Amino acid sequence: MSEATKTSAEQLLAVRDLQGWYDESHVLHGINFDVKRGEVVTLLGRNGAGKTTTLRAIMGILGKRQGSVLFEGRELIVLQPRDIARQGMAFCPEERGIFASLSVDENLMLPPEVKPGGLSREAVLDMFPNLRERLRSQGTKLSGGEQQMLAIGRILRTGAKFLLLDEPTEGLAPVIVQQIGRTLIHLKQQGFTIILVEQNFRFAASVADRHYVVEQGRVIDTIPNADLTANIDKLHAYLGV
Amino acid sequence: MFELLGIPPQALFGQLLLGLINGSFYALLSLGLAVIFGLLNIINFSHGAQYMMGAFVAWMLMTYAGINYWWALLLVPIIVGTTGVVIERVMIARLYHLDHLYGLLLTFGLALIIQGLFRNQYGVSGLPYSIPGELSGGTNLGFMFLPNYRAWVVVASAIVCFGTWFAIERTRLGAYLRAATENPVLVGAFGINVPRMITLTYGFGVGLAALAGVLAAPIYSVNPNMGADLIIVVFAVVVIGGMGSILGAILTGFGLGIVEGLTRVFYPEASSVVIFVIMALVLLVKPAGLFGRTA
Repeated sequence: MSEATKTSAEQLLAVRDLQGWYDESHVLHGINFDVKRGEVVTLLGRNGAGKTTTLRAIMGILGKRQGSVLFEGRELIVLQPRDIARQGMAFCPEERGIFASLSVDENLMLPPEVKPGGLSREAVLDMFPNLRERLRSQGTKLSGGEQQMLAIGRILRTGAKFLLLDEPTEGLAPVIVQQIGRTLIHLKQQGFTIILVEQNFRFAASVADRHYVVEQGRVIDTIPNADLTANIDKLHAYLGV
Repeated sequence: MFELLGIPPQALFGQLLLGLINGSFYALLSLGLAVIFGLLNIINFSHGAQYMMGAFVAWMLMTYAGINYWWALLLVPIIVGTTGVVIERVMIARLYHLDHLYGLLLTFGLALIIQGLFRNQYGVSGLPYSIPGELSGGTNLGFMFLPNYRAWVVVASAIVCFGTWFAIERTRLGAYLRAATENPVLVGAFGINVPRMITLTYGFGVGLAALAGVLAAPIYSVNPNMGADLIIVVFAVVVIGGMGSILGAILTGFGLGIVEGLTRVFYPEASSVVIFVIMALVLLVKPAGLFGRTA
Protein backbone atom coordinates (compact mmCIF):
# COMPACT_ATOMS: atom_id res chain seq x y z
CA MET A 1 0.00 0.00 0.00
CA SER A 2 1.12 3.54 -0.68
CA GLU A 3 2.38 6.28 1.61
CA ALA A 4 -1.05 7.81 1.73
CA THR A 5 -2.63 4.81 3.44
CA LYS A 6 0.21 4.30 5.91
CA THR A 7 -0.22 7.80 7.31
CA SER A 8 -3.97 7.42 7.38
CA ALA A 9 -4.57 7.46 11.13
CA GLU A 10 -5.62 11.12 10.98
CA GLN A 11 -9.29 11.77 11.47
CA LEU A 12 -10.56 13.85 8.56
CA LEU A 13 -14.35 13.97 8.94
CA ALA A 14 -16.47 13.53 12.05
CA VAL A 15 -20.24 13.54 11.66
CA ARG A 16 -22.14 13.80 14.95
CA ASP A 17 -25.88 13.71 15.56
CA LEU A 18 -26.59 14.95 12.04
CA GLN A 19 -30.28 15.75 11.58
CA GLY A 20 -31.84 16.64 8.27
CA TRP A 21 -35.21 17.63 6.83
CA TYR A 22 -36.84 17.77 3.42
CA ASP A 23 -39.44 20.49 3.92
CA GLU A 24 -41.41 19.25 6.94
CA SER A 25 -40.29 15.66 6.67
CA HIS A 26 -37.59 14.68 9.17
CA VAL A 27 -35.26 12.32 7.27
CA LEU A 28 -31.98 12.15 9.21
CA HIS A 29 -32.36 11.30 12.90
CA GLY A 30 -28.83 11.64 14.22
CA ILE A 31 -26.20 10.27 11.85
CA ASN A 32 -22.80 9.49 13.42
CA PHE A 33 -19.70 8.31 11.58
CA ASP A 34 -16.03 9.07 11.00
CA VAL A 35 -13.75 9.07 8.00
CA LYS A 36 -9.97 9.00 8.23
CA ARG A 37 -7.70 10.56 5.65
CA GLY A 38 -7.15 8.29 2.66
CA GLU A 39 -10.06 5.98 3.43
CA VAL A 40 -12.89 4.86 1.20
CA VAL A 41 -16.04 4.34 3.25
CA THR A 42 -19.47 3.44 2.00
CA LEU A 43 -22.93 4.25 3.20
CA LEU A 44 -25.04 1.17 2.55
CA GLY A 45 -28.75 0.84 3.07
CA ARG A 46 -32.11 0.43 1.46
CA ASN A 47 -33.78 3.05 -0.71
CA GLY A 48 -34.96 5.95 1.41
CA ALA A 49 -32.68 5.10 4.34
CA GLY A 50 -31.08 8.56 4.17
CA LYS A 51 -27.77 7.87 2.40
CA THR A 52 -28.11 10.52 -0.31
CA THR A 53 -29.58 12.93 2.22
CA THR A 54 -26.50 12.44 4.40
CA LEU A 55 -24.22 13.44 1.52
CA ARG A 56 -26.43 16.44 0.75
CA ALA A 57 -26.39 17.48 4.41
CA ILE A 58 -22.58 17.26 4.57
CA MET A 59 -22.33 19.33 1.37
CA GLY A 60 -24.76 21.89 2.78
CA ILE A 61 -27.35 21.58 0.03
CA LEU A 62 -30.09 20.19 2.27
CA GLY A 63 -32.67 22.83 3.17
CA LYS A 64 -32.54 22.28 6.94
CA ARG A 65 -29.83 20.47 8.85
CA GLN A 66 -28.55 20.32 12.44
CA GLY A 67 -25.81 18.62 14.36
CA SER A 68 -22.11 18.72 13.65
CA VAL A 69 -19.95 18.01 10.62
CA LEU A 70 -16.30 18.57 11.49
CA PHE A 71 -13.95 18.54 8.52
CA GLU A 72 -10.24 18.97 9.29
CA GLY A 73 -11.38 20.39 12.62
CA ARG A 74 -13.64 22.97 11.02
CA GLU A 75 -17.42 23.02 11.59
CA LEU A 76 -19.21 22.82 8.22
CA ILE A 77 -22.80 22.84 9.46
CA VAL A 78 -22.84 26.65 9.61
CA LEU A 79 -21.28 27.17 6.15
CA GLN A 80 -22.86 27.78 2.74
CA PRO A 81 -22.35 25.01 0.13
CA ARG A 82 -19.91 27.19 -1.82
CA ASP A 83 -17.77 27.66 1.28
CA ILE A 84 -17.93 23.95 2.08
CA ALA A 85 -16.69 23.22 -1.45
CA ARG A 86 -13.83 25.64 -0.88
CA GLN A 87 -12.65 23.58 2.12
CA GLY A 88 -11.65 20.94 -0.43
CA MET A 89 -14.77 18.82 -0.64
CA ALA A 90 -16.43 17.83 -3.92
CA PHE A 91 -19.81 16.28 -4.59
CA CYS A 92 -20.89 14.06 -7.47
CA PRO A 93 -24.68 13.74 -7.39
CA GLU A 94 -26.63 10.60 -8.14
CA GLU A 95 -28.21 12.13 -11.26
CA ARG A 96 -24.63 13.08 -12.28
CA GLY A 97 -25.51 16.72 -12.90
CA ILE A 98 -24.12 16.99 -16.41
CA PHE A 99 -25.25 20.30 -17.88
CA ALA A 100 -27.18 20.04 -21.15
CA SER A 101 -26.40 23.60 -22.21
CA LEU A 102 -22.65 23.02 -21.84
CA SER A 103 -20.33 21.01 -24.06
CA VAL A 104 -18.38 18.11 -22.59
CA ASP A 105 -15.31 20.34 -22.40
CA GLU A 106 -17.25 23.13 -20.69
CA ASN A 107 -18.70 20.64 -18.22
CA LEU A 108 -15.20 19.38 -17.52
CA MET A 109 -13.80 22.87 -16.99
CA LEU A 110 -16.77 24.21 -15.02
CA PRO A 111 -15.89 23.54 -11.35
CA PRO A 112 -13.37 26.13 -10.21
CA GLU A 113 -10.14 25.14 -8.53
CA VAL A 114 -10.68 25.18 -4.76
CA LYS A 115 -7.29 23.83 -3.65
CA PRO A 116 -3.94 23.58 -5.37
CA GLY A 117 -2.85 20.23 -6.76
CA GLY A 118 -5.89 19.17 -8.77
CA LEU A 119 -5.54 17.01 -11.83
CA SER A 120 -4.90 18.83 -15.08
CA ARG A 121 -7.43 18.63 -17.90
CA GLU A 122 -4.99 16.34 -19.74
CA ALA A 123 -4.65 14.02 -16.74
CA VAL A 124 -8.42 13.68 -16.49
CA LEU A 125 -8.66 12.94 -20.21
CA ASP A 126 -5.88 10.34 -19.87
CA MET A 127 -7.87 8.74 -17.07
CA PHE A 128 -11.07 8.72 -19.15
CA PRO A 129 -9.96 8.54 -22.79
CA ASN A 130 -13.56 8.20 -24.04
CA LEU A 131 -14.15 11.83 -23.12
CA ARG A 132 -11.32 13.11 -25.29
CA GLU A 133 -13.13 12.23 -28.51
CA ARG A 134 -16.37 13.80 -27.34
CA LEU A 135 -15.15 17.13 -25.99
CA ARG A 136 -17.27 19.22 -28.34
CA SER A 137 -20.47 17.19 -27.90
CA GLN A 138 -23.32 18.41 -25.79
CA GLY A 139 -22.75 17.12 -22.25
CA THR A 140 -25.97 15.15 -22.05
CA LYS A 141 -25.39 13.46 -25.44
CA LEU A 142 -22.82 11.19 -23.77
CA SER A 143 -23.73 7.67 -22.72
CA GLY A 144 -24.56 7.08 -19.06
CA GLY A 145 -21.10 5.68 -18.37
CA GLU A 146 -19.36 8.59 -20.11
CA GLN A 147 -21.50 11.05 -18.18
CA GLN A 148 -20.44 9.39 -14.94
CA MET A 149 -16.78 9.62 -15.97
CA LEU A 150 -17.28 13.28 -16.80
CA ALA A 151 -19.01 13.88 -13.47
CA ILE A 152 -16.12 12.30 -11.56
CA GLY A 153 -13.42 13.70 -13.84
CA ARG A 154 -14.50 17.31 -13.50
CA ILE A 155 -14.32 17.28 -9.68
CA LEU A 156 -10.81 15.78 -9.81
CA ARG A 157 -9.67 18.99 -11.50
CA THR A 158 -10.69 21.13 -8.52
CA GLY A 159 -7.97 20.02 -6.14
CA ALA A 160 -10.56 18.73 -3.66
CA LYS A 161 -9.21 15.58 -2.02
CA PHE A 162 -12.43 14.59 -0.30
CA LEU A 163 -15.06 13.19 -2.66
CA LEU A 164 -18.71 12.47 -2.00
CA LEU A 165 -19.89 10.07 -4.69
CA ASP A 166 -23.57 9.22 -4.84
CA GLU A 167 -24.17 5.86 -6.54
CA PRO A 168 -21.59 6.22 -9.30
CA THR A 169 -22.39 2.76 -10.70
CA GLU A 170 -26.15 3.09 -10.89
CA GLY A 171 -27.58 1.85 -14.16
CA LEU A 172 -24.20 1.22 -15.79
CA ALA A 173 -22.96 -1.81 -17.71
CA PRO A 174 -20.64 -4.20 -15.79
CA VAL A 175 -17.58 -3.27 -17.84
CA ILE A 176 -18.10 0.41 -17.01
CA VAL A 177 -18.66 -0.42 -13.33
CA GLN A 178 -15.29 -2.20 -13.37
CA GLN A 179 -13.61 0.81 -14.93
CA ILE A 180 -15.07 3.11 -12.28
CA GLY A 181 -13.97 0.65 -9.58
CA ARG A 182 -10.39 0.73 -10.92
CA THR A 183 -10.56 4.52 -10.98
CA LEU A 184 -11.64 4.71 -7.34
CA ILE A 185 -8.85 2.35 -6.25
CA HIS A 186 -6.39 4.49 -8.20
CA LEU A 187 -7.73 7.65 -6.55
CA LYS A 188 -7.40 6.04 -3.12
CA GLN A 189 -3.77 5.24 -3.90
CA GLN A 190 -3.32 8.89 -4.84
CA GLY A 191 -4.46 9.88 -1.36
CA PHE A 192 -8.07 10.83 -2.04
CA THR A 193 -10.64 10.24 0.68
CA ILE A 194 -14.02 9.05 -0.55
CA ILE A 195 -17.51 8.57 0.85
CA LEU A 196 -19.41 6.30 -1.47
CA VAL A 197 -23.16 5.81 -1.40
CA GLU A 198 -23.93 2.45 -2.96
CA GLN A 199 -26.71 0.00 -3.58
CA ASN A 200 -24.33 -2.32 -5.43
CA PHE A 201 -22.89 -4.09 -2.46
CA ARG A 202 -20.40 -6.22 -4.42
CA PHE A 203 -18.99 -3.07 -5.99
CA ALA A 204 -18.77 -1.46 -2.55
CA ALA A 205 -16.88 -4.49 -1.21
CA SER A 206 -14.34 -4.24 -4.03
CA VAL A 207 -13.23 -0.69 -3.21
CA ALA A 208 -14.04 0.23 0.40
CA ASP A 209 -12.22 0.05 3.72
CA ARG A 210 -15.35 0.22 5.81
CA HIS A 211 -19.11 0.13 5.47
CA TYR A 212 -21.64 2.11 7.46
CA VAL A 213 -25.14 0.68 7.38
CA VAL A 214 -27.81 3.37 7.31
CA GLU A 215 -31.40 2.69 8.26
CA GLN A 216 -34.20 5.17 8.91
CA GLY A 217 -31.84 8.12 9.11
CA ARG A 218 -29.34 6.52 11.53
CA VAL A 219 -26.08 4.61 11.21
CA ILE A 220 -27.02 1.28 12.78
CA ASP A 221 -23.86 -0.75 12.16
CA THR A 222 -20.23 -0.49 11.08
CA ILE A 223 -18.57 -3.34 9.20
CA PRO A 224 -14.87 -3.29 8.29
CA ASN A 225 -14.39 -4.59 4.76
CA ALA A 226 -12.16 -7.38 6.09
CA ASP A 227 -15.04 -8.74 8.18
CA LEU A 228 -17.54 -8.54 5.36
CA THR A 229 -17.67 -12.26 4.59
CA ALA A 230 -18.30 -13.10 8.23
CA ASN A 231 -21.14 -10.59 8.36
CA ILE A 232 -22.70 -11.37 5.02
CA ASP A 233 -25.96 -12.75 6.40
CA LYS A 234 -26.40 -9.80 8.72
CA LEU A 235 -25.80 -7.43 5.82
CA HIS A 236 -28.28 -9.22 3.61
CA ALA A 237 -30.84 -8.79 6.34
CA TYR A 238 -30.07 -5.04 6.59
CA LEU A 239 -30.32 -4.50 2.88
CA GLY A 240 -33.28 -6.80 2.40
CA VAL A 241 -31.67 -8.70 -0.45
CA MET B 1 -36.90 53.87 -61.36
CA PHE B 2 -37.96 50.50 -60.04
CA GLU B 3 -41.08 49.66 -58.18
CA LEU B 4 -42.04 46.55 -56.27
CA LEU B 5 -45.69 45.55 -56.44
CA GLY B 6 -46.59 49.15 -57.00
CA ILE B 7 -44.76 50.34 -53.88
CA PRO B 8 -42.26 53.16 -54.39
CA PRO B 9 -38.82 52.04 -53.24
CA GLN B 10 -38.48 55.10 -51.01
CA ALA B 11 -41.46 53.94 -48.99
CA LEU B 12 -40.36 50.32 -48.94
CA PHE B 13 -36.81 50.98 -47.79
CA GLY B 14 -37.97 53.72 -45.45
CA GLN B 15 -40.27 51.31 -43.67
CA LEU B 16 -37.66 48.56 -43.74
CA LEU B 17 -35.24 50.88 -42.00
CA LEU B 18 -37.87 51.89 -39.48
CA GLY B 19 -38.56 48.21 -38.91
CA LEU B 20 -34.87 47.53 -38.42
CA ILE B 21 -34.63 50.36 -35.88
CA ASN B 22 -37.62 49.10 -33.96
CA GLY B 23 -36.14 45.62 -34.27
CA SER B 24 -32.89 46.89 -32.70
CA PHE B 25 -34.80 47.99 -29.62
CA TYR B 26 -36.89 44.82 -29.54
CA ALA B 27 -33.69 42.78 -29.71
CA LEU B 28 -31.83 44.72 -27.00
CA LEU B 29 -34.80 44.69 -24.64
CA SER B 30 -35.86 41.10 -25.19
CA LEU B 31 -32.20 40.06 -24.82
CA GLY B 32 -32.11 41.62 -21.35
CA LEU B 33 -35.39 39.95 -20.46
CA ALA B 34 -34.12 36.60 -21.73
CA VAL B 35 -30.90 36.85 -19.72
CA ILE B 36 -32.82 37.73 -16.57
CA PHE B 37 -35.50 35.10 -17.08
CA GLY B 38 -32.90 32.44 -17.82
CA LEU B 39 -31.09 32.74 -14.51
CA LEU B 40 -33.61 34.35 -12.14
CA ASN B 41 -36.74 32.70 -13.48
CA ILE B 42 -38.39 36.06 -13.09
CA ILE B 43 -40.30 37.90 -15.76
CA ASN B 44 -38.91 41.38 -15.29
CA PHE B 45 -41.96 43.56 -15.79
CA SER B 46 -40.05 46.68 -14.81
CA HIS B 47 -37.86 46.28 -17.92
CA GLY B 48 -39.76 48.98 -19.80
CA ALA B 49 -39.48 51.38 -16.87
CA GLN B 50 -35.74 50.68 -16.68
CA TYR B 51 -35.42 51.42 -20.40
CA MET B 52 -37.24 54.70 -19.76
CA MET B 53 -34.89 55.40 -16.83
CA GLY B 54 -31.98 54.91 -19.22
CA ALA B 55 -33.30 57.65 -21.49
CA PHE B 56 -34.07 59.94 -18.54
CA VAL B 57 -30.70 59.47 -16.85
CA ALA B 58 -29.01 60.30 -20.18
CA TRP B 59 -31.16 63.44 -20.38
CA MET B 60 -30.35 64.36 -16.75
CA LEU B 61 -26.62 63.87 -17.26
CA MET B 62 -26.81 66.15 -20.29
CA THR B 63 -29.09 68.76 -18.73
CA TYR B 64 -27.73 68.96 -15.18
CA ALA B 65 -24.10 67.94 -15.63
CA GLY B 66 -23.34 68.63 -19.27
CA ILE B 67 -22.24 65.03 -19.79
CA ASN B 68 -22.53 64.18 -23.46
CA TYR B 69 -24.14 61.26 -25.30
CA TRP B 70 -20.98 59.16 -25.62
CA TRP B 71 -20.26 59.24 -21.89
CA ALA B 72 -23.94 58.56 -21.28
CA LEU B 73 -23.68 55.37 -23.34
CA LEU B 74 -21.10 54.16 -20.84
CA LEU B 75 -22.35 55.69 -17.58
CA VAL B 76 -26.12 55.22 -17.85
CA PRO B 77 -26.07 51.40 -18.04
CA ILE B 78 -23.80 51.38 -14.98
CA ILE B 79 -25.99 53.82 -13.03
CA VAL B 80 -29.32 52.19 -13.89
CA GLY B 81 -27.77 48.70 -13.64
CA THR B 82 -26.70 49.59 -10.10
CA THR B 83 -30.28 50.48 -9.17
CA GLY B 84 -31.15 47.04 -10.55
CA VAL B 85 -28.54 45.43 -8.29
CA VAL B 86 -30.05 47.19 -5.28
CA ILE B 87 -33.60 46.18 -6.27
CA GLU B 88 -32.50 42.56 -6.69
CA ARG B 89 -30.69 42.45 -3.35
CA VAL B 90 -33.34 44.28 -1.34
CA MET B 91 -36.54 42.97 -2.91
CA ILE B 92 -36.39 40.34 -5.66
CA ALA B 93 -33.97 38.08 -3.75
CA ARG B 94 -36.67 37.59 -1.09
CA LEU B 95 -39.03 36.01 -3.62
CA TYR B 96 -36.94 33.21 -5.11
CA HIS B 97 -38.54 30.56 -2.91
CA LEU B 98 -42.01 31.62 -4.11
CA ASP B 99 -43.87 31.08 -7.38
CA HIS B 100 -42.71 33.07 -10.48
CA LEU B 101 -45.91 35.05 -10.28
CA TYR B 102 -44.67 36.98 -7.23
CA GLY B 103 -41.60 38.22 -9.06
CA LEU B 104 -43.78 39.33 -11.93
CA LEU B 105 -46.14 41.19 -9.60
CA LEU B 106 -43.28 42.84 -7.72
CA THR B 107 -41.55 44.06 -10.88
CA PHE B 108 -44.89 45.17 -12.34
CA GLY B 109 -45.56 47.21 -9.21
CA LEU B 110 -42.07 48.68 -9.36
CA ALA B 111 -42.65 49.66 -13.00
CA LEU B 112 -45.83 51.53 -12.04
CA ILE B 113 -44.05 53.31 -9.19
CA ILE B 114 -41.03 54.29 -11.28
CA GLN B 115 -43.19 55.55 -14.14
CA GLY B 116 -45.43 57.41 -11.71
CA LEU B 117 -42.48 59.17 -10.10
CA PHE B 118 -41.09 60.29 -13.44
CA ARG B 119 -44.53 61.36 -14.69
CA ASN B 120 -45.04 63.38 -11.53
CA GLN B 121 -41.70 65.11 -11.90
CA TYR B 122 -41.42 65.60 -15.65
CA GLY B 123 -44.97 65.39 -17.06
CA VAL B 124 -45.90 63.38 -20.10
CA SER B 125 -45.14 65.80 -22.91
CA GLY B 126 -41.64 64.49 -23.43
CA LEU B 127 -38.22 66.11 -23.23
CA PRO B 128 -35.92 66.70 -26.18
CA TYR B 129 -32.52 65.01 -26.44
CA SER B 130 -30.54 65.99 -29.46
CA ILE B 131 -28.59 63.70 -31.73
CA PRO B 132 -24.85 63.97 -31.02
CA GLY B 133 -23.07 66.18 -33.57
CA GLU B 134 -20.92 63.36 -34.89
CA LEU B 135 -24.02 61.44 -35.99
CA SER B 136 -26.26 64.22 -37.25
CA GLY B 137 -27.16 64.41 -40.92
CA GLY B 138 -27.47 61.45 -43.21
CA THR B 139 -26.15 59.60 -46.20
CA ASN B 140 -27.80 59.41 -49.58
CA LEU B 141 -27.67 55.78 -50.64
CA GLY B 142 -29.21 56.52 -54.06
CA PHE B 143 -32.39 54.59 -53.45
CA MET B 144 -33.01 56.24 -50.08
CA PHE B 145 -31.75 58.73 -47.53
CA LEU B 146 -30.21 57.06 -44.47
CA PRO B 147 -30.02 59.19 -41.30
CA ASN B 148 -26.62 58.52 -39.73
CA TYR B 149 -27.95 58.25 -36.20
CA ARG B 150 -30.41 55.52 -37.17
CA ALA B 151 -27.69 53.56 -38.94
CA TRP B 152 -25.62 53.88 -35.76
CA VAL B 153 -28.47 52.53 -33.61
CA VAL B 154 -28.79 49.42 -35.77
CA VAL B 155 -25.04 48.79 -35.78
CA ALA B 156 -24.58 49.49 -32.06
CA SER B 157 -27.47 47.24 -31.14
CA ALA B 158 -26.19 44.43 -33.35
CA ILE B 159 -22.72 44.71 -31.78
CA VAL B 160 -24.07 44.68 -28.22
CA CYS B 161 -26.36 41.75 -29.00
CA PHE B 162 -23.56 39.76 -30.58
CA GLY B 163 -21.20 40.61 -27.71
CA THR B 164 -23.74 39.43 -25.16
CA TRP B 165 -24.43 36.26 -27.10
CA PHE B 166 -20.70 35.59 -27.35
CA ALA B 167 -20.11 36.22 -23.65
CA ILE B 168 -22.89 33.85 -22.65
CA GLU B 169 -22.41 31.08 -25.19
CA ARG B 170 -18.66 31.08 -25.71
CA THR B 171 -16.87 32.15 -22.54
CA ARG B 172 -16.16 30.53 -19.21
CA LEU B 173 -18.21 33.11 -17.34
CA GLY B 174 -21.07 32.35 -19.69
CA ALA B 175 -20.66 28.64 -18.95
CA TYR B 176 -21.12 29.41 -15.23
CA LEU B 177 -24.24 31.35 -16.13
CA ARG B 178 -25.71 28.60 -18.31
CA ALA B 179 -24.88 25.96 -15.72
CA ALA B 180 -26.44 28.00 -12.91
CA THR B 181 -29.54 28.45 -15.07
CA GLU B 182 -29.87 24.67 -15.25
CA ASN B 183 -28.86 23.64 -11.75
CA PRO B 184 -27.95 26.46 -9.35
CA VAL B 185 -27.64 24.11 -6.37
CA LEU B 186 -24.93 21.99 -7.98
CA VAL B 187 -23.05 25.04 -9.27
CA GLY B 188 -23.07 26.40 -5.72
CA ALA B 189 -21.79 23.06 -4.46
CA PHE B 190 -18.80 23.49 -6.80
CA GLY B 191 -17.80 26.58 -4.84
CA ILE B 192 -19.29 29.27 -7.08
CA ASN B 193 -21.12 32.20 -5.49
CA VAL B 194 -24.44 31.80 -7.29
CA PRO B 195 -26.39 34.53 -5.43
CA ARG B 196 -23.79 37.10 -6.42
CA MET B 197 -23.92 35.87 -10.01
CA ILE B 198 -27.71 36.23 -9.98
CA THR B 199 -27.46 39.79 -8.65
CA LEU B 200 -24.92 40.81 -11.28
CA THR B 201 -26.95 39.14 -14.02
CA TYR B 202 -30.00 41.16 -13.05
CA GLY B 203 -27.86 44.30 -13.00
CA PHE B 204 -26.52 43.42 -16.46
CA GLY B 205 -30.01 42.82 -17.90
CA VAL B 206 -31.21 46.12 -16.47
CA GLY B 207 -28.08 47.79 -17.86
CA LEU B 208 -28.98 46.49 -21.32
CA ALA B 209 -32.45 48.05 -20.98
CA ALA B 210 -30.86 51.34 -19.92
CA LEU B 211 -28.46 51.23 -22.87
CA ALA B 212 -31.44 50.81 -25.18
CA GLY B 213 -32.95 53.83 -23.45
CA VAL B 214 -29.89 55.97 -24.21
CA LEU B 215 -29.91 54.85 -27.84
CA ALA B 216 -33.62 55.69 -28.02
CA ALA B 217 -33.38 59.12 -26.39
CA PRO B 218 -32.43 61.06 -29.55
CA ILE B 219 -34.99 59.20 -31.70
CA TYR B 220 -38.07 59.20 -29.52
CA SER B 221 -38.77 61.99 -27.10
CA VAL B 222 -37.71 61.19 -23.53
CA ASN B 223 -41.05 60.39 -21.97
CA PRO B 224 -42.15 58.55 -18.80
CA ASN B 225 -44.45 56.31 -20.85
CA MET B 226 -41.92 55.37 -23.54
CA GLY B 227 -41.17 52.01 -21.87
CA ALA B 228 -44.75 51.06 -21.11
CA ASP B 229 -45.66 51.48 -24.78
CA LEU B 230 -42.80 49.31 -25.95
CA ILE B 231 -42.64 46.59 -23.36
CA ILE B 232 -45.83 44.77 -24.33
CA VAL B 233 -44.47 44.24 -27.84
CA VAL B 234 -41.14 43.16 -26.37
CA PHE B 235 -42.86 40.53 -24.25
CA ALA B 236 -44.53 39.20 -27.40
CA VAL B 237 -41.07 39.06 -29.00
CA VAL B 238 -39.71 37.08 -26.06
CA VAL B 239 -42.61 34.62 -26.22
CA ILE B 240 -42.12 34.15 -29.99
CA GLY B 241 -38.36 33.70 -29.62
CA GLY B 242 -38.69 31.30 -26.70
CA MET B 243 -38.39 32.26 -23.03
CA GLY B 244 -34.80 32.41 -21.94
CA SER B 245 -33.25 31.80 -25.36
CA ILE B 246 -30.49 34.35 -26.01
CA LEU B 247 -30.16 33.79 -29.74
CA GLY B 248 -33.94 33.54 -30.06
CA ALA B 249 -34.41 36.93 -28.41
CA ILE B 250 -31.90 38.59 -30.74
CA LEU B 251 -33.05 37.05 -34.02
CA THR B 252 -36.77 37.43 -33.34
CA GLY B 253 -36.20 40.99 -32.15
CA PHE B 254 -34.62 42.08 -35.42
CA GLY B 255 -36.83 39.78 -37.51
CA LEU B 256 -40.12 40.98 -36.07
CA GLY B 257 -39.08 44.61 -36.42
CA ILE B 258 -38.60 43.98 -40.12
CA VAL B 259 -41.85 42.04 -40.43
CA GLU B 260 -43.63 44.92 -38.75
CA GLY B 261 -42.01 47.39 -41.15
CA LEU B 262 -43.01 45.35 -44.19
CA THR B 263 -46.56 45.05 -42.90
CA ARG B 264 -46.67 48.82 -42.65
CA VAL B 265 -45.86 48.98 -46.37
CA PHE B 266 -48.13 46.28 -47.68
CA TYR B 267 -51.04 46.30 -45.24
CA PRO B 268 -50.67 49.22 -42.84
CA GLU B 269 -53.91 48.44 -41.01
CA ALA B 270 -52.34 45.24 -39.58
CA SER B 271 -48.97 46.72 -38.62
CA SER B 272 -49.78 47.22 -34.94
CA VAL B 273 -51.15 43.72 -34.45
CA VAL B 274 -48.95 41.62 -36.73
CA ILE B 275 -46.54 40.70 -33.94
CA PHE B 276 -49.38 39.52 -31.73
CA VAL B 277 -50.87 37.47 -34.56
CA ILE B 278 -47.46 35.82 -35.04
CA MET B 279 -47.27 35.24 -31.30
CA ALA B 280 -50.64 33.49 -31.30
CA LEU B 281 -49.62 31.29 -34.24
CA VAL B 282 -46.27 30.40 -32.70
CA LEU B 283 -47.90 29.53 -29.39
CA LEU B 284 -50.31 27.22 -31.21
CA VAL B 285 -47.64 25.45 -33.24
CA LYS B 286 -44.57 25.65 -31.02
CA PRO B 287 -45.52 26.63 -27.47
CA ALA B 288 -41.89 26.81 -26.31
CA GLY B 289 -41.18 29.52 -28.91
CA LEU B 290 -39.16 29.37 -32.12
CA PHE B 291 -35.83 28.93 -30.34
CA GLY B 292 -37.06 27.61 -27.00
CA ARG B 293 -35.86 24.33 -25.60
CA THR B 294 -38.59 21.88 -24.83
CA ALA B 295 -37.54 20.14 -21.66
